[in-house]
Amino acid sequence: MRATKSLALAMAGLLLATGLACAQSTEIRIGVALEPPALDPTAGAAEAIDVVVYQNIFEGLTRIDQTGAVQPGLATAWTITEDGLSYRFTLAQGVTFHDGTSFDAEDVKFTFERLLADDSVNAQKALYQSIAAVTVIDPQTVEITLSRPDGLFLFNLGRGDAVIVAPESADNNANEPIGTGPFAFVQWDRGSRVILEQYGPYWGEKPALTKASYVFISDTATMTNALLAGDIDGTNNFAPEALAVFEGNPQFKVLVGSTEGETILATNNARAPFDTLAVRQAMAHAINRHDIIEGATYGYGVPIGSHFAPHHPYYVDLTETYPFDLDAAKTLLAGAGYPEGFSATLKLPPVAYARLSGQIIASEFAKIGVRLELINMEWAQWLEDVFANKDFDLTIISHVEPFDIGIYANPDYYFGYDNPEVQALNETLNATTDEAQRKVLAQQIQIIIAKDAVNGYLFELAQTGVWNAKLEGMWQNAPIEGVVLHDIHWVE
Amino acid sequence: MNWRRLLDHPSLALGLAATLAFALLGLASLIWTPYPIADIAISRRFLVPDASHLLGTDHLGRDMLSLIMAGTLTSFTVGAAAVAIGVGIGVPMGLVAAMWGGPVDWVAMRISDLAFAFPSVIIAILIATLIGPGATNAIIAIGIFNIPVFARVARGGALALSSLDFIGAARLAGLGKAAIAWRHILPNIMSLIIVQGTIQLSLGILAEAGLSYIGLGTQPPATSLGLMLRDAQSLFLIHPSLSLLPGLAIVLIVVALNIAGDGLRDALDPRLRRQELA
Repeated sequence: MRATKSLALAMAGLLLATGLACAQSTEIRIGVALEPPALDPTAGAAEAIDVVVYQNIFEGLTRIDQTGAVQPGLATAWTITEDGLSYRFTLAQGVTFHDGTSFDAEDVKFTFERLLADDSVNAQKALYQSIAAVTVIDPQTVEITLSRPDGLFLFNLGRGDAVIVAPESADNNANEPIGTGPFAFVQWDRGSRVILEQYGPYWGEKPALTKASYVFISDTATMTNALLAGDIDGTNNFAPEALAVFEGNPQFKVLVGSTEGETILATNNARAPFDTLAVRQAMAHAINRHDIIEGATYGYGVPIGSHFAPHHPYYVDLTETYPFDLDAAKTLLAGAGYPEGFSATLKLPPVAYARLSGQIIASEFAKIGVRLELINMEWAQWLEDVFANKDFDLTIISHVEPFDIGIYANPDYYFGYDNPEVQALNETLNATTDEAQRKVLAQQIQIIIAKDAVNGYLFELAQTGVWNAKLEGMWQNAPIEGVVLHDIHWVE
Repeated sequence: MNWRRLLDHPSLALGLAATLAFALLGLASLIWTPYPIADIAISRRFLVPDASHLLGTDHLGRDMLSLIMAGTLTSFTVGAAAVAIGVGIGVPMGLVAAMWGGPVDWVAMRISDLAFAFPSVIIAILIATLIGPGATNAIIAIGIFNIPVFARVARGGALALSSLDFIGAARLAGLGKAAIAWRHILPNIMSLIIVQGTIQLSLGILAEAGLSYIGLGTQPPATSLGLMLRDAQSLFLIHPSLSLLPGLAIVLIVVALNIAGDGLRDALDPRLRRQELA
């Protein structure tokens, strides 16, 4: 009897112990393909930076939620004057930076002065050029005046590029980021992982997770094995070709959502023969979107006919502007003086969608006499050759910035499109705050650049996340770059 | 040595036959493949083997048999060209070192040490940054790696021969060092070089596969066995045949070449032959 009793006790203890072990974990390990070059989102364009820090370590005055809508961030409320030129923000109370220093209106002023300074290396500086002055009213109130109305201003404040930093720590943010977010930076093992821990004194609602690591795994096969072995709990974007491994596996959930990544066959409009409209139209006719989407994204991409995200309310479907038609393409080429076609180079960055699309496009273009030489490049080389020096004929790249149609109004941009009509329209669009009018303007630009066949419009990149089936709260769509940890939690 | 004697070595016959079969398969791709290898058709991808595609199709709808044929040719071409570089530079270097000796020998051997010290992958990365990746780059990188190997084989062979009587006789007859090396030593170390050549060919094919796999060798739309492996890697759990076929081809070619190399050494090496007789 005694023995039975102690056995029962032992059993109960064991059950309790296993029960504790099974208790909900509060840690997560996320696999990401690219390691960020640094961790300061206000000083670099790399998406990999935002994946780690956006809304986790750093917060902005506003934040973008998973539907792409603007929500209050460090600014809990704001009023806008009638003329749309002056924004008065009320700041959250009791906010501290991870190093213990307090957050107030001076930090906001510092952030935007740093962003707009002449020596600023902010990747999206141009988005904030409308800011005329940042005035501190009192420690909890700040006023930003614009030189012209800016319909996207509140959205732009929510980008990773405009997160609030402190004068005490801003210079070290590249290596040791210090923000106001729910997670504080712990350590960065270069080449391996970044570890974040919940920040105890966080001012807002506490997240469920206490610890998060981002593990860098660039190879798809390794990522597959890490997921299957449980070495990582999920990844926000998994290679679509191997997604079938996890579909139908009850231990995992596959989240397919949209992103802001317009994938285009970027064309050097400033260089012959691509400066001829008929040549670009011919190439547009020779693009077989269906095959490219199947071949490069395994059917997960969404076809686009212009530089605009299909899930955006301003979107207009222009995929039939130049339908796949090799005969029309040949006729156009002959009309432009290239009856035998021509040779060109296609420089490809090291991402699967670009490399695969490149091979498929080269095979299609060969049928109309356009012989493409494929040149595979590493990121650094691509950024220098193509993006900075504009030394390219064609390239394939995904533009992941939200609402980035404004790049077509910049004649100095790498694809060299110079159209005063688009530039004027874009200026009007930027200065318009009325939704209906903005929609009309944005659609006009979409139509013009589609008709001009500025670039070959291929598809909108999908976000294909693979997660442990017991995880919830991940963003299915990616309306902005980032993997926001706040709502992620384990369930039984 | 006659051809009948060759057949006394069954492993040699087997190795040579298999190597020849693969070489012919590769050469055939020059004039004919079932489908053009650059012919991409997404609608027919991941087909299982059937009458129209004997080995199925890959992730871009290309015919696997055609790809294996073209890939084998690339592998053999790169391997053979690299051996040619090694023989063309390494053998004269080794002979010069052996015949002239002294400081010449020292300099030649230190150059070969230096070339040995750089793994071919490092050389390939260097060349890729200088002139861009490609099959030529792989040939040069592997070729550089081959030079010291052949230099040592030639030097060793030549030193072993140089004390023999017929070399002394040639010297007495007034032949210069270069002439002795060319007329008397080279023919006698030829068997060593041929044996080493087959081994280096198999190593070269492996190295080419490795370089293409890490993206420094053959570039699309051309193909090689290593590049096929690279493309198929992430699909291994879903379509294992895409990686198994090129992998198997590499293994078979390398094993065949090694068996052929071993057999050739048995058949050609006079020292081993003498042991056999004893």
